[in-house]
Amino acid sequence: MCVNDSISALDALRARIDRLGDGRDRRVSGSFSAGHAGLDAAIGGGLARGRLHEVFGAEPEDAGSASAFTLLLALLAETSGEAAQASPLLWLRTDDAMRRSGMPYGPGLADMGIDPAGIILAVMPDALALLRAAADALRCPALCAVVIECWGSPKILDLTASRRLTLAAESAGTTALLLRMDAQPSPSTAETRWRIAAAPSAPLAANAPGHSSFDIDLLRRRAGPDGLAWRLEWNRDQRCFVEPPLPGAVVPVPAPGPAADGGALALGAAG
Amino acid sequence: MAEPLRWAPPDDPRDLPTATVEKIRGAMRLSVVNSDALALGLLPGMTLADARARIPELRVFDCDPHADQDWLERLCDGARRYTPMAALDPPHGLVLDITGCAHLFGGESELVDDALDRLAHSGMRVRHALGLTPEAAHALARFAAAPAPDEASALRRLPVAALRLEEESELALRRAGLKTVGDVASRPTATLAARFGAGAVDAVHRLLGKAAKPLDPRQVAAAISLERRFPEPVARTAYALAVLKELVVEAVGKLGERGQGGRRFTATFFRSDGMAFPLRVETSLPVRNPPAIMRLFRERIDSLSDPIDPGFGFDLVRLSVPVAEALGPTQLALKGGEERQNGESAALVDALSTRNGRLRIQRLLPQDKHIPEQAQLALPAVENRTPAIWEAPEPGEPPLRPLHLFDPPQVIEVMAGVPEGPPVQFRWRRSLHQVSRYEGPERIAPEWWKASDGALEGHGLTRDYYRVEDARGRRFWIFRNGLFGAETKNPNWFVHGLFA
Repeated sequence: MCVNDSISALDALRARIDRLGDGRDRRVSGSFSAGHAGLDAAIGGGLARGRLHEVFGAEPEDAGSASAFTLLLALLAETSGEAAQASPLLWLRTDDAMRRSGMPYGPGLADMGIDPAGIILAVMPDALALLRAAADALRCPALCAVVIECWGSPKILDLTASRRLTLAAESAGTTALLLRMDAQPSPSTAETRWRIAAAPSAPLAANAPGHSSFDIDLLRRRAGPDGLAWRLEWNRDQRCFVEPPLPGAVVPVPAPGPAADGGALALGAAG
Repeated sequence: MAEPLRWAPPDDPRDLPTATVEKIRGAMRLSVVNSDALALGLLPGMTLADARARIPELRVFDCDPHADQDWLERLCDGARRYTPMAALDPPHGLVLDITGCAHLFGGESELVDDALDRLAHSGMRVRHALGLTPEAAHALARFAAAPAPDEASALRRLPVAALRLEEESELALRRAGLKTVGDVASRPTATLAARFGAGAVDAVHRLLGKAAKPLDPRQVAAAISLERRFPEPVARTAYALAVLKELVVEAVGKLGERGQGGRRFTATFFRSDGMAFPLRVETSLPVRNPPAIMRLFRERIDSLSDPIDPGFGFDLVRLSVPVAEALGPTQLALKGGEERQNGESAALVDALSTRNGRLRIQRLLPQDKHIPEQAQLALPAVENRTPAIWEAPEPGEPPLRPLHLFDPPQVIEVMAGVPEGPPVQFRWRRSLHQVSRYEGPERIAPEWWKASDGALEGHGLTRDYYRVEDARGRRFWIFRNGLFGAETKNPNWFVHGLFA
């Protein structure tokens, strides 16, 4: 009896505390790993779910890298953490984006480790329709993440719009990833803001281009230091970002010993 | 049954000779004339200059067959209030099968009066006829001259033009002295067939009701169709929507009895002046959930470029379910649950497709083709429900296909060491890229087995693809179109995709 009383008193207290807030149900369920220990450490253990994160492409030519990084974050949001389940990803684009960076290509997505079958692609006529669709989609808890790709700096994508997106993301716990191309950072309610550029890859045999490499800048973080930079390579098989092998790592330091042996060793390793 | 003769703007005085013109055999000629012009001696086919010389006050409009067709289709949609079997009779007619429908309007003549009233309201001048077969009604509406005691004798008095034969056969009938349908019908069938072809015999039989040709309605009647008629026209769209909601609930009940869920729903608002506004929504999964269906209808109304205009009011709302699929009884999930999640993302797809158009929400589907741009299809997500299986990449390989594909590929200026060699630098979108690493060529040949005579025109040239990386680390997929020397002297280069 006494226990029951205290439980009901606790419930009442919880309800009162809930009422003291702004009345919204903040269903932010933890965070997900950004795929690299260093990245995770810099942003306090991982990217928050149910929040808005911004990714800026350094230059229009970096469209491939920036959209890949955003999609990989969405992939990590889907597969990492305790709430791992197969749920579709919505990729919202505009006609302008289709014209300027081409259309998403399934075999290439599969080559990055992203299942094209799990992507719903929505091509909107303009930024207004894009933001409207994004706000609707973020309220749908069945999606793991919504990628909103926006080229240029449309007037309606202002602080109010980003606040709306954040509220929509919080209401259902869906992660919003805003991919901005050909744009300068402007005030927003994003939890983190990244700038992505392509980085020279570690060459494969015969100087062939290697695995996808990214120059990642953490431009802003709501709660913590920013201004950090990484150069990371995506490992599709492990589904994580790894440090690229140092340039010249293929040539080892000559081992102490007879000169002829050392040269043979270096050659063998380089081959 | 009804033949709208001419469109006249309702505010204009009606008794002015009017004609439409189009360019035929190098001259502007009258294509259609109204009855006033006909009475003044103008005929279709006359040159505009002649017609103007005779009747200076002739009003002339450009002939627009597409607009005519469009208007006729709208009238046909409006005529579906009388019967589901409403068919177009191009270029200027409609055929309605009112078998079993007339009593709903109080009889055949009342139905005809109602239809004529509505058409007159929208400024149409109409000739109509009732017949036992569509052909008989068609012929009587156009060629009936003298009154006759009954339909059979009226048909027999019609000129042979009513048979709708080819011009040569018609001329041959005339030359043989057969001027009316009755003349032709009185001849033995075998003789007719031998002289004028089997077509003539068929035409006579169909006209006289001895052979039937089924009507091809513009829209096939749906399995479930519900409607609500109002005694007085309703001018408030909100009220019409409330009625639609009742109909949706009723339709969902019927679907439940059949163990089905609807995939497509069509709501039609019939205006009292004869116009109809059809609204169609589509779902990716069969649904039996009235609020979800109403939400889609509201999305559809919001996305209309011009809102529904009630005009003088709606007098009939109809809901039909043209496509329904099996849907078992659903059990509510206790907490979360996979079924619910699937349904929610499908509902989002439906809402976005309804608002923005079904082609804008897509899913990618792999294709078994080696031409890169044909290796995938982007299909509307509403109809493409089963998740596709994509080929998994080789472990350890870097991405061999780009993340973004340009279709069509974009031309670039390339400098290469030798014509068939790898690129050294290229200019894309006015900026220069120095190639620091490359892999290739990967040669992709056109589909030569599709060429009928060994010629490869229209099937493209052999492409040599290179994966290149520029000095700043951007990775591109570029190709040289055509083999140097063998296929082309000066091959062009294109950038086809962007890697991550």
